Amino acid sequence: MIKVDNLSKNYDDVKAVKSISFELQDGQVVGFLGANGAGKSTTLKIMTGYISPSSGNVYYGNRNIQDDTSDIQKDIGYLPELNPLYSEMRVHDYLKFISDIRGIPSNDFKNAFQKVVEECSLNAVAHRTIGNCSKGYKQRIGLAAAMIHDPKILILDEPVTGLDPNQIVEIRQLIKKLGKEKIVLMSSHILQEIQATVDRIIIINEGSIVADGSSESLLKDSAGGKVELSIDVSNANENDIKDMKATIPSVDIDSITKNDSYTNINIKYSNNKDPRADIFNYAVSKKWVILEMVATKQNLEDIFRNLTSNGKPS
Amino acid sequence: MHNTLTIFKRELKSFFDSPMAYVFLVVFALLNGWFFTTTFFLYGQSDLRTLFNIVPLVYLFFIPGITMGLISREKGLGTIEIISTLPIDDRDIVVGKYLSAVALIAIALLTTSLHFITLSSFGNSIDYGAVFTGYLGLLLVGSVYASVGMFSSAVTDNQVISFIVGIAIIFVFWLFDKVLIFMPDLLAGTIQYLSVEYHLSNISRGVIDTRNLIYFGSVIGFFLFLTTRLVESRRWS
Repeated sequence: MIKVDNLSKNYDDVKAVKSISFELQDGQVVGFLGANGAGKSTTLKIMTGYISPSSGNVYYGNRNIQDDTSDIQKDIGYLPELNPLYSEMRVHDYLKFISDIRGIPSNDFKNAFQKVVEECSLNAVAHRTIGNCSKGYKQRIGLAAAMIHDPKILILDEPVTGLDPNQIVEIRQLIKKLGKEKIVLMSSHILQEIQATVDRIIIINEGSIVADGSSESLLKDSAGGKVELSIDVSNANENDIKDMKATIPSVDIDSITKNDSYTNINIKYSNNKDPRADIFNYAVSKKWVILEMVATKQNLEDIFRNLTSNGKPS
Repeated sequence: MHNTLTIFKRELKSFFDSPMAYVFLVVFALLNGWFFTTTFFLYGQSDLRTLFNIVPLVYLFFIPGITMGLISREKGLGTIEIISTLPIDDRDIVVGKYLSAVALIAIALLTTSLHFITLSSFGNSIDYGAVFTGYLGLLLVGSVYASVGMFSSAVTDNQVISFIVGIAIIFVFWLFDKVLIFMPDLLAGTIQYLSVEYHLSNISRGVIDTRNLIYFGSVIGFFLFLTTRLVESRRWS
């Protein structure tokens, strides 16, 4: 278990992280979400012992990262932001170097190497110089180096940047698989990525935590919880459309746009009162033909924007 | 110790994985060879004194060249974050890197053994003891300069700045002996003790005195200590 307790970090006058606290349990994949410069990387750097906090503590079980740095670092696999690598080294030599410092015996290295090469799909470049690898490969080399010692905790700062869509899916599956037995904390500013991969999301804005929970609970709790519904109908007259509100009270008509062959109606309704069946029946009774009915739920992106825009118009 | 060795091996290999080590060794050998042989046949003396005099001057530019990237490059590339979050002490990182620089300097000194072979083939009544202590002195001076170079490499994430700072500090150490006559008596003793040349000249004469060894050891220790503190200081920035 990891406990981040009242962590703050100031860079001169800039308060990068403002007294944040959270706990991570074993077997949890947690997404750390925030705009650029929100304090994600700073928090992760403190958690890995790379920098010290201005105040507050990070506990791994009973151990404090400030006191037992090297000891705790043995249990952590860390992929830093921007994924720095020794470009002149060969992939195999680099992973050997990392595992030597990690104290993996030479006999076990071969297996560990095979395993990460397999998991990160590095077969094609295993003996190539890192500097000559593509960005996607480099990202996976960084990931392989972070997990070669099979750590209990994986801290990944923006693990999928630079990957193509197929690779993103692969890495996502890998992270999910790893998350079954490890604590995985990954940061990202890409919402879809976080939403698809993690069990729990921590949203950080300007150094403070503004939301913490599963993506479902964040959606449920989000302000308003209104759902937008877009309906294309033909054969409808405008009065019938306006009368719909009288028959189906939960519906708020936002706009009505007439096109040549059909009319587009935009409706809003509360998350907990789904009027779609009523709308369908109403349409049947008025002999409308429904061409399309699409609900656009408020997604994480809107929540994220609400939480991180601080009242500024987005 | 194990970690120091791992860092040492990686750094030494990385010198030889790039053209740097080869360029360094070839130019080092050529420069010293030229300075040595131009006067060697004029003097007609069977010793390597000219070589032992010229190498510290060549060091002035070459050692900061070797060491400039050792830490600043890691800072610039961000790889310092990788090794600093591995379970390894900052001290081990510094010592491992330092030893790799010293090893490269030792290899460079080996290239000058050509002149020793020439000497022993053609010269007579050679003082082998003085040759040995001369080389020992050069290795020690190289080690001191390498520790200065490590320090200047940790000061910045810019290799050029690190190179210039390294030359500047080494130049000051080299200068101490030259400015002695302008110094008041009170300071002269101290300045002389700080001078690398002073201790080198003792050793080159064939005298291995613990006072000189302590001097070299403590200067190296001092700069490596500062380097380690500088590497650690990233935590508090």
